[in-house]
Amino acid sequence: MTSVSMTVNGKPVSGDVEGRTLLSSFLRDGQGLTGTHVGCDTSQCGACVVHVNGQAVKSCTMFAAEAAGAEVTTIEGMANADGSLGTIQQAFQDYHGLQCGFCTPGMVMSAAALLAENPSPSEAEVRHYLEGNICRCTGYHNIVRAIMAASGQEVPAVAAE
Amino acid sequence: MHNFELVTPNSVADAVSALSGEDAQPLGGGQTLIPTMKQRLAAPATLVSMGGIAEMVGVCVDDDGVMVIGGATTHAQVAADASASYPALAALAGQIGDPAVRNRGTIGGSLANNDPAACYPAGTLGSGATIVTNAREIAADDFFQGLFETALDEGEIITSVKFPIPEAANYQKMLQPASRFALTGVFVASFAGGVRVAVTGASNEGVHRWSAAEAALSANFSADAVPEAPSADDLISDLHGTPEYRANLVKVLTGRAVAAAG
Ligand SMILES: Cc1cc2nc3c(=O)[nH]c(=O)nc-3n(C[C@H](O)[C@H](O)[C@H](O)COP(=O)(O)OP(=O)(O)OC[C@H]3O[C@@H](n4cnc5c(N)ncnc54)[C@H](O)[C@@H]3O)c2cc1C
Ligand code: FES
Ligand code: FES
Repeated sequence: MTSVSMTVNGKPVSGDVEGRTLLSSFLRDGQGLTGTHVGCDTSQCGACVVHVNGQAVKSCTMFAAEAAGAEVTTIEGMANADGSLGTIQQAFQDYHGLQCGFCTPGMVMSAAALLAENPSPSEAEVRHYLEGNICRCTGYHNIVRAIMAASGQEVPAVAAE
Repeated sequence: MHNFELVTPNSVADAVSALSGEDAQPLGGGQTLIPTMKQRLAAPATLVSMGGIAEMVGVCVDDDGVMVIGGATTHAQVAADASASYPALAALAGQIGDPAVRNRGTIGGSLANNDPAACYPAGTLGSGATIVTNAREIAADDFFQGLFETALDEGEIITSVKFPIPEAANYQKMLQPASRFALTGVFVASFAGGVRVAVTGASNEGVHRWSAAEAALSANFSADAVPEAPSADDLISDLHGTPEYRANLVKVLTGRAVAAAG
């Protein structure tokens, strides 16, 4: 065991980790931040996406010790200071961008990374950016609409309407 | 996952000495190695992280016009920083996996892994690049030695990769939507001395050059000059495509790459 320290959602934290401790386990089991979900063992679903030094990464595919000294943001860090939902989270609620909610933390974190890079993405750019985030429920259309709304753009109609 | 010791050196020299221990292995972005360790298909005693070695990160063009990419440079960095000097390679890096994979995965890890459906092996072989290690320089033509096999020795580190910049080049990837690797991919590069065509995701032998197309395109660099599809013998057969389908893809993607390279 070695001790690792990092900043999570603006607060300094530290804990003992093994070499194999994944960042996702450090956050969930060590810090009790269970909003970061683990949906697969193959690095393919994206439910575990968090930001490390501002970049979207799969926290299940990075060792906790590799994040030593880093600034980490999880879904728990996306709410406003008063506890109300952040812009992207609110848009997911308004546009019904979730059903079971399992993929949602990763979707919101990927969306936040996209909007930081590209504040007014096209619908195609949103869909392309979400390639690494799998949703078993929604069929994606409402997720895309929520992200378009969160970016302050016109929200596209979906084929079913 | 079995436990191991994680070492984080900040120089190539320290990494090389850490790798001399029993069952020690380099850790790049972990985008292949970590899932492999979760399945217990790999169980190193020590992982030596390349991430903290500043001399192994970055993209630059040297005085001879050769692009040098540090072995621990992420796909996202190459997509951004190579776009002015070698747009076809930057575009290839920008098509690997998804944004989170690109933020961690590295060129050194991708080449050392030599997955038969990976993108970088095609760009590296197609460019006639040179793989630089802590010990020597290896021509791409000698580096790739079949499925997941390379010329690297135990404990040898890819410190950088040198890419001669072609006059025109393009990568065409037919996406395998479940894995986001290439179902089949073709990298075409036209140099003053001739054309190179490298194919990934097609052969049971891994990445390889398509010499018939190289000869035809060296004489006439146009999509019409692409020869008939190569033989389907020894091409990959899986639930995503038959050998014949892949052989046809090699031809079609080569034509598209030539047309897009312009
Ligand atoms: C969901 C998903 C989608 C993907 N899609 C694609 C795709 O479309 N195309 C594609 O090409 N790849 C794809 N990949 C693989 C990805 O590009 C990996 O980043 C890459 O294969 C391995 O690089 P890494 O830096 O993560 O290496 P690691 O996983 O850390 O290591 C891989 C191997 O290389 C060795 N190694 C690492 N660095 C070095 C070095 N500098 N010198 C010597 N040996 C080293 C390790 O010991 C290990 O054996 C995908 C991966 C995932 C999870
Ligand atoms: S848990 Fe599926 S990608 Fe991380
Ligand atoms: S809402 Fe259920 S997986 Fe996306």
